[in-house]
Amino acid sequence: MSSALIQLVRDNFPTAVVGSHENQGDACVLLGPDKLVEVCTFLRDDPRAAFDMLVMVTAADYLDFPAEYRAVASPVDEDNAYGVRADNMPRYEAVYALLSLTKRHRLRIKVAVDGPEPSVPSLCDVWPAANWGEREAWDMVGIKFENHPDLRRILLYEEFEGHPLRKDYDLRGYQPLIDMPHLAEYADHARHR
Amino acid sequence: MDYTITPEVGADGLHTNRMVINMGPSHPATHGTVKFILTLDGEIVDDVDIHIGYLHRGFEKMSEQGTWQQVLPYTDRLNYVSPLCNNVGYVGAVEKLMGVQITERCAYIRVLISELSRITDHLTSIGAGALELGGFTPFLYGVEAREMFYPVIEELCGARLTTSYTRVGGLMADLPEGYEQTVLGIFPKVKSLMKKVDALLTQNRIFYDRMIDTGTLSQEDAIAFGCTGIMLRSTGVDWDLRKHEPYLVYDKLDFDVIVGHRGDNYDRYLCRIEEVYQSMRIIEQVFRDIPDGPVNVADWKVSYPPKQDVYNSIEGMIAHFKLIMDGHQVPPGESYYAVEGGNGEVGFYVISQGNGRPYRVHVRAPCYYAMGVLKQLIEGHMLADIIPTFDTLNMIGGEVDR
Repeated sequence: MSSALIQLVRDNFPTAVVGSHENQGDACVLLGPDKLVEVCTFLRDDPRAAFDMLVMVTAADYLDFPAEYRAVASPVDEDNAYGVRADNMPRYEAVYALLSLTKRHRLRIKVAVDGPEPSVPSLCDVWPAANWGEREAWDMVGIKFENHPDLRRILLYEEFEGHPLRKDYDLRGYQPLIDMPHLAEYADHARHR
Repeated sequence: MDYTITPEVGADGLHTNRMVINMGPSHPATHGTVKFILTLDGEIVDDVDIHIGYLHRGFEKMSEQGTWQQVLPYTDRLNYVSPLCNNVGYVGAVEKLMGVQITERCAYIRVLISELSRITDHLTSIGAGALELGGFTPFLYGVEAREMFYPVIEELCGARLTTSYTRVGGLMADLPEGYEQTVLGIFPKVKSLMKKVDALLTQNRIFYDRMIDTGTLSQEDAIAFGCTGIMLRSTGVDWDLRKHEPYLVYDKLDFDVIVGHRGDNYDRYLCRIEEVYQSMRIIEQVFRDIPDGPVNVADWKVSYPPKQDVYNSIEGMIAHFKLIMDGHQVPPGESYYAVEGGNGEVGFYVISQGNGRPYRVHVRAPCYYAMGVLKQLIEGHMLADIIPTFDTLNMIGGEVDR
């Protein structure tokens, strides 16, 4: 059943697919970022797919991941239209889990992106559930979602610097103190503490 | 946001501005740390900005710092009123990635503990919901009923809340002697307390007026916003992972999925009450059908060897040492495993880099996506309706913020 879903995506969007796998019974498709919204709209509306619910949005940073194992979770077709090669995989992946309540099947979609400011089109127009899901992915991993109506931090405070779930986030570092400019005027007050 | 407001004065000298009011993060009528920045037009909420993250503890980052088994205590603290559900979900995800088949007795026990946790979750939601609407008595009855479950759970694993009862490949230990009598023995009292709560609330004019037609969620919105669990079932969608994507031994058990039809707070409250009775029904069947046998998988690369072997044989000692120091050697890859928690689909997305340390663990928290739809449920309605809506949503801070 899962291979039928993957075949459905491949047949209708042959150039959008970078790779796919069906490990542990989960069907998973890797897509390129440009056709993401079209593929998801198709998956939501086509009666054979009928993915009415976006269950999870998350992201992962593969910086420290052993390169020889990357192909297990993110296999790449040799002749994909994006020129992504197994030995040169992008660093980040946005992961979406879809569920069809009527057909009772699931699909996982991943989009691999790279760059100092990685970005992926937002799925807010396809499933409103993406609104908060993408905000968390932005907050934690720093993937920007284009055309997101309200992309700001959700779990962390506004003044936080950096994206903690990136592998190069300094666990022993410090966050800058919140700017409180008038404290200097009360420098005397500290002596009475 | 700029909150400066220039007063506009109407004909009778009263200010006609909308008022921006902050509700939370600590508020006597919201159980959970969440901040609502409300723009009020009189008593009607024009706009709300929901700020979460006050209980963010870096669960996902911490999961990457230890071994697979060391993540387990963190999962207790996710949905902290149903910790056993999270335990079951997490080890299920790791076992799925390892390709481990747990024993049948273990599967039955995991169903038992999931249902015990589900009952504590629903009792908390019903009780705290009544409390915030002003009903202290049903709150205390609900808490008394919940308190009867905590010693039962404590007898099982030693803790009321920080259970950490499951292990990859099995459980911490088998059920104690006479556990069936312990668990089934509290049911008559719990049922009588539930009856009292029901008698106090369900046909109570005040409760009814505050809960009926408030926080109404439509089916389309529930599905589009990724709501699962009671939020989804109360709108009339028949979807329960235990029935429709059965895991463990739920396919062998006989129970009803409680589906509502109004999608409002009153419906969610009634769904929760009915689900408590269904969970008790499942527990009775588990005790009737549970087979004997081992609870842990026999493979010592997956489950910890028994202590007699650890201390008396070299193989046991080495196996124990390797599992503790290096962690479970999970093959590289990714998996997503979901269980039906108290609030909906609790999913664990795990990525393994091929050794004993997780590379990435993400928790799909059901209340997180339910909070995403909350804005819609509140806007355009009265300020006072926020309370029952937020209660029946049963936002658990640990799960939303992780």
